[in-house]
Amino acid sequence: MSRFFTQDHEWVDVDGDVGTVGISEYAQSQLGDVVFVDVPEAGKTLSKGDEAAVVESVKAASDVYSPVSGTVIEGNAALTEDSSLVNSDAEAAGWFFKLTLSDPSELDSLMDEAAYATFVEGL
Amino acid sequence: MSINQSGWRPTAPEANTGGVPASVTGNKALMLEEALIFEIGDTHTTGVDFEFLPGTGRGTIRRMVEGAVRERAVLGKPPSTSCAGPPPRAGEDRLAGLSRTAPIGLPGLSEPETVRHYTRLSRQNYGIDLGFFPLGSCTMKHNPRLNEKMARLPGFSDVHPLQPVDTVQGALEVIHQLAHWLVTLTGMTSVAMSPKAGAHGELCGILAIRAALEAKGEGARKIILVPESAHGTNPATAAFAGYSVEDIPATAEGRVDTAALKARLGPDVAGVMITNPNTCGLFERDMREISDAVHAAGGFVYCDGANFNAIVGRVRPGDLGIDAMHINLHKTFSTPHGGGGPGSGPVVFSEALTPYAPLPFVENRDGQFVLVEEETAGEHHAGSFGRMVAFHGQMGMFTRALTYILSHGADGLRQVSEDAVLNANYILRSLDDTLDAPFGPSGPCMHEALFSDSGLAAGFSTIDIAKGLIDEGFHPMTMYFPLVVHGAMLVEPTETESKAALDQFIAALRSVAERAKAGDPSLKTAPHFAPRARLDETLAARKPVLVWKDPAPLAQAAE
Repeated sequence: MSRFFTQDHEWVDVDGDVGTVGISEYAQSQLGDVVFVDVPEAGKTLSKGDEAAVVESVKAASDVYSPVSGTVIEGNAALTEDSSLVNSDAEAAGWFFKLTLSDPSELDSLMDEAAYATFVEGL
Repeated sequence: MSINQSGWRPTAPEANTGGVPASVTGNKALMLEEALIFEIGDTHTTGVDFEFLPGTGRGTIRRMVEGAVRERAVLGKPPSTSCAGPPPRAGEDRLAGLSRTAPIGLPGLSEPETVRHYTRLSRQNYGIDLGFFPLGSCTMKHNPRLNEKMARLPGFSDVHPLQPVDTVQGALEVIHQLAHWLVTLTGMTSVAMSPKAGAHGELCGILAIRAALEAKGEGARKIILVPESAHGTNPATAAFAGYSVEDIPATAEGRVDTAALKARLGPDVAGVMITNPNTCGLFERDMREISDAVHAAGGFVYCDGANFNAIVGRVRPGDLGIDAMHINLHKTFSTPHGGGGPGSGPVVFSEALTPYAPLPFVENRDGQFVLVEEETAGEHHAGSFGRMVAFHGQMGMFTRALTYILSHGADGLRQVSEDAVLNANYILRSLDDTLDAPFGPSGPCMHEALFSDSGLAAGFSTIDIAKGLIDEGFHPMTMYFPLVVHGAMLVEPTETESKAALDQFIAALRSVAERAKAGDPSLKTAPHFAPRARLDETLAARKPVLVWKDPAPLAQAAE
């Protein structure tokens, strides 16, 4: 399984043709306490860069963009119950949604972990 | 996802350990704790004094209601025509079986409980009549009592918008005279008096621009350009009116990047919305050049007039090529603001937009003031885009604003803006050795001084300084706005503060800022002396409690 990052601070774990999407540890640290998360419903078709989810902190709402194209398999129901998972475990239990990748070649344009770490340092 | 660039990241407050133990009552000496109104008194008795009425006692709500019924009966008010007949006898139930059968759970308080409740709440409040209120971009200035006196004159305070115009000639003259001075002060052609506040005025201006473009057959222009530092209402207004919003970048010194703006102009651009002076507290020196370029490209120029206080009496926006600008009467012309409102946001128009201005207008026809409305507009306002409100605007605010203008005169208004700018620069230059002033090198500021959170200790942010200022007895400045400055602190003193008040504020802000730079942990739990400690905004957002719930539900009510 490999992990990729976007310049908009989403990550996607790819396992076969299934991707799991969330926001990075850096992104959650910039948001502050997350109070609400709106995840997409299963069956929704997303193109790379589409607004896929909404994450709301106390003072700001931000769109989460889909890092790859595909069809949503499930949203993370745990976030509806406890949005603070995004703060406490952004890159694991705080995942937003899973989708079936329709074009795995899109991953080529994303950063790996090392490249993303360098990118964040430059911000 | 997009990153929150302002740096505002509220988190749950840290527990305040140490210090003196809390009092048993929750009272802090003269700062008395007060429960919610539902939590004091009981639902059975209420103390109210009635005029003496035979056979009426004081006691239960039921008896008071009966007393009120009797009062009407005793005073011999004629029954309405629909139920003509003999007048009801004292104590007779006239509710026709519609009287309630269960208690409604309203709080019942004795007179002293009621008086204390509201007095205590008022003492927990902070207002412009109590102290310095440095909210940037809000222009929280003193409201002269003369304004209030004039607004309360019979004939102004008791007019009705549907009165025959012959009976309200004086009120219409006030609207007409204020309109005249607003047009004169701005160097424009006409004014729409009816918009109710700044954002409402923005919409009025943008709708007039849309109407003008459509009249020229150029309704296909769909882009409004807005600077990055704009008030959030600007892009919201443009989007509400059906336009797409594009950002105009700023220069390093905090002004509109004129070259970038010119490069973006084209046949798809309907107009620009620019705040001048802008939200970084700087005058847009290129405004005339920007206006000319926008006009040459076929667009219109909207100016957000929220900061007109800094230039009133000195700069006429009409001379800068502005086509429409709202004026916040509650800022520049000292009508009450915030909880004391309502606001009022008349919009002045250039000659090009005047034909599309909304109805109604007040016009002087041979000494008679007439309301120009749909049925009387005729040909000379045929291009109007419609109307913003049902009636004529905020009459009480018009009276106050005109009083302010007439009592200050031309020299007084000029001194308003001079002193407002002087006070802001005094704060900027007094504190730029302690706080980072990102646009300090750009020259003198206008009405407000802008600082960033650069240089604070790790883990400290602007919100900690704001909370510390509460302990010092000040309302905090505007924070985390404009978004282009990280951890922004926007301080607007206005012209109504004395040097002594400014010096005290500067000393307080300097002290709190130095604590934040030194990482003083006690600042993270401020305020300590306020009626409420730092609120848990995270918990409030995650699990909001929106209504009061009776801990012991009203079983009787359900029966």
